[in-house]
Amino acid sequence: MKALLLGVAALVALPAPIVAQTVAITGGTVAIGDGSAPIANGTVVFRDGRIVAAGQGVAVPAGARVIDARGKWVAAGLVAGFSDLGLLDANGVEESNDTSARTSPFAAGIDIAPAINPAAVMIGNERLGGVTRAIVTPSTGGSIFAGQGAVIDLGNDPDPVTRPRAFQFVELGEDGAQAAGGSRPAAYAMLRDAFAQAQDFRRNPASFGGREKDSLLKRGDATALLDVLDGKTRLLVHAERASDIRSVLTLKKDYPGIDPVLIGAAEGWMVARDIAAARVPVIAGALADLPAKFEMLAATESNVGRMEAAGVTVALSTVGANTAPGDHVVRQYAGNLVAISKIPGSSGLDWGHAFATISSGPAEAIGMGGEIGSLRPGRRADVVLWDGDPLELSSAPVAIYIDGREQPMTSRQTMLRDRYSTPSEGDLPKAYER
Amino acid sequence: MKYLCSAVVLTITGCADGSDAPKSAGTNAATPATTPAERRYARDPYPSTYRAYPGVPTVVRNVTILDGEGGRIDQGAALFADGKIVAVGASVDAPAGATVIDGTGKYLTPGIIDIHSHLGDYPSPAVRALSDGNEATGPVTADVWAEHSVWPQDPGFGRALANGGVTTLQILPGSANLFGGRSVVLKNVYARTTQAMKFPGAPYGLKMACGENPKRVYGGKGREPSTRMGNIAVDRQTWAKAQAYDRKWTKYEKDGGDAPDRDIGMDTLRGVLDGEILVQNHCYRADEMANVIDMSKEFGYHVTAFHHAVEAYKIADLLKQNGVCAAVWADWYGFKMESFDGIGENLALLQKAGTCAMIHSDDENGIQRLNQEVAKVLSSARHAGIAISDAVAWEWLSYNPAKALGIADRTGSLKPGKMADIVLWNGYPFSVYTRPEKVWVDGALLYDANDPKRRPVSDFELGLPGAGDVK
Repeated sequence: MKALLLGVAALVALPAPIVAQTVAITGGTVAIGDGSAPIANGTVVFRDGRIVAAGQGVAVPAGARVIDARGKWVAAGLVAGFSDLGLLDANGVEESNDTSARTSPFAAGIDIAPAINPAAVMIGNERLGGVTRAIVTPSTGGSIFAGQGAVIDLGNDPDPVTRPRAFQFVELGEDGAQAAGGSRPAAYAMLRDAFAQAQDFRRNPASFGGREKDSLLKRGDATALLDVLDGKTRLLVHAERASDIRSVLTLKKDYPGIDPVLIGAAEGWMVARDIAAARVPVIAGALADLPAKFEMLAATESNVGRMEAAGVTVALSTVGANTAPGDHVVRQYAGNLVAISKIPGSSGLDWGHAFATISSGPAEAIGMGGEIGSLRPGRRADVVLWDGDPLELSSAPVAIYIDGREQPMTSRQTMLRDRYSTPSEGDLPKAYER
Repeated sequence: MKYLCSAVVLTITGCADGSDAPKSAGTNAATPATTPAERRYARDPYPSTYRAYPGVPTVVRNVTILDGEGGRIDQGAALFADGKIVAVGASVDAPAGATVIDGTGKYLTPGIIDIHSHLGDYPSPAVRALSDGNEATGPVTADVWAEHSVWPQDPGFGRALANGGVTTLQILPGSANLFGGRSVVLKNVYARTTQAMKFPGAPYGLKMACGENPKRVYGGKGREPSTRMGNIAVDRQTWAKAQAYDRKWTKYEKDGGDAPDRDIGMDTLRGVLDGEILVQNHCYRADEMANVIDMSKEFGYHVTAFHHAVEAYKIADLLKQNGVCAAVWADWYGFKMESFDGIGENLALLQKAGTCAMIHSDDENGIQRLNQEVAKVLSSARHAGIAISDAVAWEWLSYNPAKALGIADRTGSLKPGKMADIVLWNGYPFSVYTRPEKVWVDGALLYDANDPKRRPVSDFELGLPGAGDVK
């Protein structure tokens, strides 16, 4: 496992130059993001873009820039668990949208990393909502395989990709059935055939076609799927129904090398013990509580709490949700999981675990908990200073650090707000107000 | 940031899909209208059969009250009985036998009213067989009535009640069409028929839409409208026809003679011109709202509210001046071109300008958290230096939507004589950590977090996995 991690680490994009300054944020309530409870009057120290220490009784190194956070919260930056940040400028504007390619002959081999645009306006907006990293996922086009997603940072710099080809995404529920031509059995046939062809390609690349017009798998697809079969890249599987989840878990018997992660899992609570036993993490759809599809009849907001209680590693995301508010809405979701812990019969989370579902949780789910998602020593210094409890709706970030670098506190949205704080024109048209 | 697969928010399902009392239109109509009572055709052929369920006289004491009209009472009390609010104040007398609830640490508010919902016409499960919200076969379908699509077994009604504290909601046709059809206002009480959910006496609404959706849907079919100018052209032609229809029928109703041909869609537009049907207009962009306002003056009707109104903050003054309300989301933005300029301060800036404004959901999940949506607006407001009290903010959740639905004399605030549509929250209702504890509709306790028997299970969910579970 360690060797595997090192192997993946070699693929990590070169970090951008980092300010070699030691920063100590003192006196705030510290939320590490690892599931622990908030720590009153704590200190967070980072240097060279990495966390040095966080907690109570942490010494302020000599020469450190000290930031007073009394009355504020210092928290791990939020990690968007299932995002399309950087892949589009506006979801409905097809010309700007690189999330899927319906008529492309390629599928599993698609690599979104080169398409990530750090200047996409939503990145700036969502950063101001406290999101510092995102697990960016392509959507399926003409296959059950959507391609290889990436982990990105939301920093105001030209180097957004933390880890390219971080995982493969596949649909194996209703959406998978649709992508495979109309049925779940067809989706599984496509999956097994693709894996078999990838293995053919490994055994004898010279005789592998993959360039014919009608070939089902291109060479790039085969290469990407071998990484999945070898466990080099995790396989993110969207499945909601309890029976679909069981089918995903049994895949490991036939393909022992794969490292699946469940996405969605609205009925996960019904098979939570099986998921926990298989040590498969879940990036859940947060507050799904409607039978929006037949594959999620038993959806309940208590899903995450019940899975966590059964020992499943759970993260939140906007999977299946209406995400028009942007990815930062995950903190509202996490807060709601605390809320329902007070409702008789409901299963929620305590504050520390709720916050973990939007910080270390997504990072752990894709095997990057050692790199991002918490304020534990050695992690990238993604730190957000909030003017209150970061899960509470009344709070907002007052300072944001990504890889230890301070980020701007304005966005296109704040500019629009300021321009129209009084709607009527002054001495010149609005176009001159900036 | 995505719906999996293709159900992006710009779909015209729900998503891509106001003045105090709704102004009577027709003030500058070309012909004097007959009064609705003089109509020679049925105006209410599918009448409400809603009847309030029985309740018990109830007093809630030691509770913080936000009355929905900007009033706040700390350590207050409220009495309701026989389906109506009896008294609200620092203290109230409890009649013998009344149920007394200690509200220490809790809040009492009017039930939430969602002016923009598609529950029932785009229900869960979202399968094609139940997709009944857009009659997208022509850009002008003023003839359709949303109530004829509403499936009263939508599990979403129960979630909106239990998690959202929603007691009244307007169900609208979708926004594929310029003239989408009539809306219906419902009490959020499960029933065997839609008629039995209809809010008694609520005016009808007409759903209209501007912008991207109609031009995309019909442009894609190679027909008018395929542009924004096409949208307005078809609108104007249709209003011109409606005026002629109105003249013809008015003449007949006054002078007699041969009855003109009935046109079901024109009946609805005539109702708008005569001010008895309220225009609920889906519109995102500031410039398009301005065009629609001018069009309403040209043809003598009034726009009650612009819905979605992502850019309303740019023309808060214009909306105020014309007595048009804005019904908006807290923070949706960027999901389509016409929402590119959405900001979290929209509602706050409207309030600051004195414009009639309110929150809405347009979403089967968002309707479960409208109090939280307002909480986000309050946060944006505070961070932008705009002071709005909690009590005033509650107007966005009940009284203002009630006004824009023409039912503010009956519900939307905790005033004696009004319907006892009430939520008891288990804490500060603008905290993410708070949920409804009890919800009453017309004084009947229809949700109680402490009593699994007061948790509705629609026919659809009965006997299926998860039925009766906490949701």
